[in-house]
Amino acid sequence: MIEVLIVFIKIICALVWFLALTLYLADWVERKQSAVIHDRIGANRASIFGIRILGLFQPIADAIKMIFKEDFVPPFSHKFIHTIAPFISYFFVAVTIAAVPFGDSIKIGERTITLQVLDFNVGLLFILAMLSLGIYGIILSGWASNNRYSLLGGLRGAAQLISYEVALGLSLVGLIMIYPSLQLSSIVHSQGELLFGFLPKWGIFLQPIGFLVFYFAAIAETKRVPFDLPEGESEIIGFWTEYGGLKWGLFMMTDGMEIIVISALVTTLFFGGWQVPWLVADGFHWPWGGEWLLPHWVVVLLQVAAFNLKVIFFCWLQVLIRWTYPRFRYDQLMDFGWKLLIPLSLVNIVGTGIVMSII
Amino acid sequence: MIKAIEYFLEIIRGVVITGRHFFVNMFFHTLKVLGIKTKRKGAVTIQYPEEKKKIAARHRSLHRLVPGENGKPRCVACMLCATVCPSECIYIEAAEDPDLEMQKYPAKFIIDIGRCCFCGFCVEACPEDAIRMDTAEVELAEYNRDDLVYDLDRLLR
Repeated sequence: MIEVLIVFIKIICALVWFLALTLYLADWVERKQSAVIHDRIGANRASIFGIRILGLFQPIADAIKMIFKEDFVPPFSHKFIHTIAPFISYFFVAVTIAAVPFGDSIKIGERTITLQVLDFNVGLLFILAMLSLGIYGIILSGWASNNRYSLLGGLRGAAQLISYEVALGLSLVGLIMIYPSLQLSSIVHSQGELLFGFLPKWGIFLQPIGFLVFYFAAIAETKRVPFDLPEGESEIIGFWTEYGGLKWGLFMMTDGMEIIVISALVTTLFFGGWQVPWLVADGFHWPWGGEWLLPHWVVVLLQVAAFNLKVIFFCWLQVLIRWTYPRFRYDQLMDFGWKLLIPLSLVNIVGTGIVMSII
Repeated sequence: MIKAIEYFLEIIRGVVITGRHFFVNMFFHTLKVLGIKTKRKGAVTIQYPEEKKKIAARHRSLHRLVPGENGKPRCVACMLCATVCPSECIYIEAAEDPDLEMQKYPAKFIIDIGRCCFCGFCVEACPEDAIRMDTAEVELAEYNRDDLVYDLDRLLR
């Protein structure tokens, strides 16, 4: 009974974390950061009783606005599929949070609780599979809208996601060879070891090419600006042309959640997840000798804080990239995916294999 | 190959530029939050209803009819402004003035601001310097179209 309760609480906490981060990182930080980049101020008018702390209520106001908008389904669309498409695309992103490790285990009394909703042994495959299943939402929305531009956007999305899926998967093969596991918690545990006695054994130091390929492919996977062919506002409005209100909001949420999932994945795989350099279960062990012992709860808190900080940093980086670059042309996009990223990831696999067989 | 490397360097330069803007602006925003006054600001935004930009002297804002020495408008109802007006928003009804120097005065002088395009031709055409656009009033929105029709009482000031 108590086990079920713990899993239930974990699911709720993970979803709340996910939603809060989506609202604040994908909405508020995106608006504010783009404003700061453009020498503007950004949305700062949303207020509750005249209090407006840097427009922090803006995401809530946006959500309320979208909830109360008219739920319009075009008469020429396939109504059922049109309705269900945003939910499909939302569901498959929201469910990935189950495999993300937020921290190591926490000890409460006799019980050890892992700070992860489900500790799969195929966690990595699960996240990748769910992210690629998200294409269905896009294709279905494009097709069910019965609008040429929507269909064009949906097909572009499908073509783009399929071609970048290959690079995304291949770039991780080298990583899986080094930390021989698909279990995310075990990958993070292996990253706690030290390289040459001082460098944390993070993925970025062992797989720099893998990281680059993965990060580019992952940004392409989120369908955001340098790769926003499916929803290019200036040429075709994209797969969500015929959507409005909360359904469109769900697509936006999916977008935001994808940023967070990708950041969490990059953090987990290449930047040591919840690992703080030189922090082990009982405190810091400095590489130059000496140690600083900390109580258990401080260690757990530090680890969770480190994970969140890394995720926030990668979200920041993605927003910076989004507000810097113009959109790829379609042939450039395909060239970039098939002629650069996939060969690079293959070279990375071969190189990793050679180095591993030598060592 | 060299072109590809150049292209790649340009990409890096792009992100350096936006990143520089971000960090420099954040630095000044942080100073402002900490209460340190700097000459440069983090953003160039003017937060409109609270802060307003000073309107230039030559700005063409809401019209006014300039009163003469006796408090009545200087206008002699010559109809030049109504003739030159491209949007035909000025309506004048002339009446005879007992003053021989004036001869005519406007019994009605109506400007429909809803039609006005603020070209300023009426000001240029006026031989008596009776109409000017120097009230510095630019917030002219109303809930009704009828409220945008300005008559002599509202124009004379």
